Amino acid sequence: MLTIEDLHVNIGDKEVLRGINLQINDGETFILFGPNGSGKTSLLMTLMGFTGYEVTKGKIIFKGHDITEAPMYERARLGMGMSFQRPPTIHGLRTRHLVQMCARKGAVNPDMLAEIVNMGDFLDRDINAGFSGGEIKRSELLQLMAQQPDLVLFDEPESGVDMENMQLVGQVARDVLDGKFSVAPDLSLKERKEKVTTAGLIITHTGYILDYVNADRGQVLYHGHLCCEGRPRDILDHIRQHGYQECVRCMN
Amino acid sequence: MSKVDLKDFKFDGLKQEAITDLNALSDADKDQLLMAGVVSDLSTRSASYLQMDQSAVHCQSRNEAVEIMDIKDALKKYDGLKEYFWTLVDKDKDEFTRSAYDNLHGGYFIRVKAGAKIKEPIQSCLMLKSEHVGQNVHNLVIIEEGAEAHIITGCSVAHGTKAGAHLGISEFFVKKNASLTFTMVHNWSESVAVRPRSAGMVEEGGKFLNNYVLLKPVQDLQMYPAITLNGPDSVARFNSVVVATEGSHLDMGNRVIMNAPNTRCEIIARTIASGGTIINRGHIAAHHVPSKGHLECQGLILGGGRIWAIPELDGTVEGVELSHEASVGKIAQEEIEYLMARGMDEDEATSTIVRGFLNTDIMGLPERLQKEIDKQIEELQSSDAM
Repeated sequence: MLTIEDLHVNIGDKEVLRGINLQINDGETFILFGPNGSGKTSLLMTLMGFTGYEVTKGKIIFKGHDITEAPMYERARLGMGMSFQRPPTIHGLRTRHLVQMCARKGAVNPDMLAEIVNMGDFLDRDINAGFSGGEIKRSELLQLMAQQPDLVLFDEPESGVDMENMQLVGQVARDVLDGKFSVAPDLSLKERKEKVTTAGLIITHTGYILDYVNADRGQVLYHGHLCCEGRPRDILDHIRQHGYQECVRCMN
Repeated sequence: MSKVDLKDFKFDGLKQEAITDLNALSDADKDQLLMAGVVSDLSTRSASYLQMDQSAVHCQSRNEAVEIMDIKDALKKYDGLKEYFWTLVDKDKDEFTRSAYDNLHGGYFIRVKAGAKIKEPIQSCLMLKSEHVGQNVHNLVIIEEGAEAHIITGCSVAHGTKAGAHLGISEFFVKKNASLTFTMVHNWSESVAVRPRSAGMVEEGGKFLNNYVLLKPVQDLQMYPAITLNGPDSVARFNSVVVATEGSHLDMGNRVIMNAPNTRCEIIARTIASGGTIINRGHIAAHHVPSKGHLECQGLILGGGRIWAIPELDGTVEGVELSHEASVGKIAQEEIEYLMARGMDEDEATSTIVRGFLNTDIMGLPERLQKEIDKQIEELQSSDAM
């Protein structure tokens, strides 16, 4: 699905990613840990193709295409989707309209999808205008459900979400990763699973999301380097016990 | 700033025949009316008024609670309308008000009777038909106690007519607990000069809601309607959506004077300069408390032009709550990228954001007019104008 080779990224003069190598296979969910400022968000932004993240070395291969220099919309059209942490408000753009525009793979029913994430009342509001933390997450998921990406980039699905909403966000995040909205719903669960190749790259601080999604592998990003590959649960336990200090030792 | 010389226009001798049935208008004229929000099928309107050049050509009410007539007839019927006529606008304000005072061509008189809640909009259109016509109109609107109405007024130029001058005086009286929604759609052309001079008075518990849409070119427009909230618990709200393409010069804004306690007002203008100039004024004065006012001028410059926002707040007693928010800028990269991450290319993203910026849903316009506005925005975007 995704191969990152020796990726170096600068923001202005500052190098924020220093030689990242990462492979995410079809159907796999990968968890990225790391302290604040370690470069996690920068990695996601670079993968999506935001301006200001300058790739100085290395490449990004997505579904067999070298997308290192590709514009953002090409990446999106190839099947990359992202849940934004702090999406902008766009005046006069109704959530309903945006959901419809996200659905490039075929028309969707915004009302039906909105009901799943409890966003029915927001469809006729301007996108993100006055949305709370939980509402932003649900709105981002709503757009992803319509978009049906093959690789989902999640930046901290649990931030700003209360416990009650966490359950909903976690469940739907899982459904998106399970390809529930992209594969014919008349197939049995088993058949669907075999067909689904949707992969995910998730940033988490708290690890709450691990209660919901089926994460295969994880790694810690520290000072722009990846280290400590392992099972996400184990990594989380380790960080809880020892903090990120261990990463310094680990890398040296 | 370009100067309007009234000597360039003919202020006499351009009378037009009466039109009994608006359906008899040419299709081209009907289209022009429609673009300004005026429909020729009168079944969805409670009253209609059409002024062409220097004559009131059509005037009809379908609701007995709505009185509509040529202002000249109303002046005769009501003995000069002394309580109202020229009481809010000073006839000596400038050469344009004097022209309208000295040589009145018409204009609408609309009176909605006390307590009447008028569901279907009242419509009026002031149209320039002859080349180089000068039009002096004086409009008077009285919404009596407890009444409610929506007036849609379009100003338009007949198809093919290029040059003209429209001088329009408007005076609004919203009585106790009455409510007026006044929607104005301007649909001028490249060499038309426009000088409305408007003022309104809102009494206790009254509401004045004003919508303004200008998406077509106009050579030179200057207007600054002022509403005085003269009774407690009265409200004024202005919502404007304006585009100035190459060659358009707009000097416009809204003023609200809060002259009683418990008054509220909001002035919101969303403007785009794409080659033209917009001077966007806004003024809220509060002389009593509690009073709350908010002023917002949002401007985008897309492909050249100028936006000069002049928001003013004037509080003269302790306890007033006035705020303003003004911006002149470009489309935020962050917004473009948000949409690009959903698969839109840069052009699609930009036009989606511009469409949102110009969104007029909030105005609660009739469906036909809303569609017409959406169509105009689409045309504007598909042309090279933006």
